[in-house]
Amino acid sequence: MKAKFLVPLFLFLGLAGFLAFGLTLNPREVPSPLIDKPAPAFTLARVDDPAQQFSLADMRGKVWLLNVWASWCVACRQEHPVLVDLARRNLVPVVGLNYKEVRGDGQLDARGMALDAETGLAVERARRWLGEHGNPYVLSVLDIDGRVGIDFGVYGVPETFLIDGNGKIRYKHIGPITPENLQQVILPKVEEVRRAG
Amino acid sequence: MPADRISLHPRGLRALARAGALAAMLWLSPAHAVDAPPAGEVAPTVAADPRLEADVQELAHKLRCLVCQNQSIAESNAPLALDLRNQVREQLAAGRSKQDVVDYLVARYGDFVLYEPPVKGITLLLWGGPAALLLAGIGWLAYRVRRRAVESAAVTALSEAEHARAQALLAGGAPGDAPPSSANRESRS
Repeated sequence: MKAKFLVPLFLFLGLAGFLAFGLTLNPREVPSPLIDKPAPAFTLARVDDPAQQFSLADMRGKVWLLNVWASWCVACRQEHPVLVDLARRNLVPVVGLNYKEVRGDGQLDARGMALDAETGLAVERARRWLGEHGNPYVLSVLDIDGRVGIDFGVYGVPETFLIDGNGKIRYKHIGPITPENLQQVILPKVEEVRRAG
Repeated sequence: MPADRISLHPRGLRALARAGALAAMLWLSPAHAVDAPPAGEVAPTVAADPRLEADVQELAHKLRCLVCQNQSIAESNAPLALDLRNQVREQLAAGRSKQDVVDYLVARYGDFVLYEPPVKGITLLLWGGPAALLLAGIGWLAYRVRRRAVESAAVTALSEAEHARAQALLAGGAPGDAPPSSANRESRS
């Protein structure tokens, strides 16, 4: 019991250890409750041809990525070359979810805009952006009002979901994908999901 | 996470800056200032029924905005908060219960959307921790108080000899070594 005076020191060190660990966590990365749950079903108009619809069920049997993007999203520009490179290497199909293309843009006043007009503008803007930066997507769909985004628990752009052949979400990446993220986390996850079935 | 992942609320930031300036000028509380609808925003809709709107507001104050994490979706001006408020309003108007709406959001965004974390296995320490610390503190205090009582009881019990010496001292005698006299003390000062 001679070392009793050291007890507060060890209590302090324990607390400091916890706090130091806390500093390494990112409070902006909120874990998704949708992991290993069926992806929310949706049917949305395609950017390449708004008359055509794309449904979640269309990708059944494939392991694929759903990437949330928008032309007004700055971080998407940072991420985009990584996706273009991924598409060139033909490793995993990526579907784009164009999120609130018009009404999400802070520079634009979309109040009172008719849905048809908004859709037309969204298509035009999305195509122009893909033309400028390259199109890594198998196809992109328009989430005009962000409702599908809410179903997926999207709270920022970009976000990327890994969906397996049964339509289950297996992984969510929050924020722009870096080449390191892709090589060290996402592609190994894709392999793992593919092996699992 | 790079700092530029603020894409969802460029307006929110601008509105906040504007609100901040306004608050500084008018000495308004910021909570009131950010209520002003930001420019370029889809006009905030309000339910026609005041009781429904009161329910919407009550619920919105309990839900966390995921973009501005220290604000509720009632306070936040981020577009996502606006979307979620509209969702809450729409679903309550459609006759769903408050619990339904909360479940709907928790299913998508997780327990993080709740300002009050639910009591379950993983939050047991969070909820029970303070009470456990309090009980531990009380227990420790009781132990120390009891031990001190025992110790001081042992100290106060004087032996026969000590008792006699104390009596002698009190009577003014100087058995053995004498205490310093008052004269000695005065001469030193």
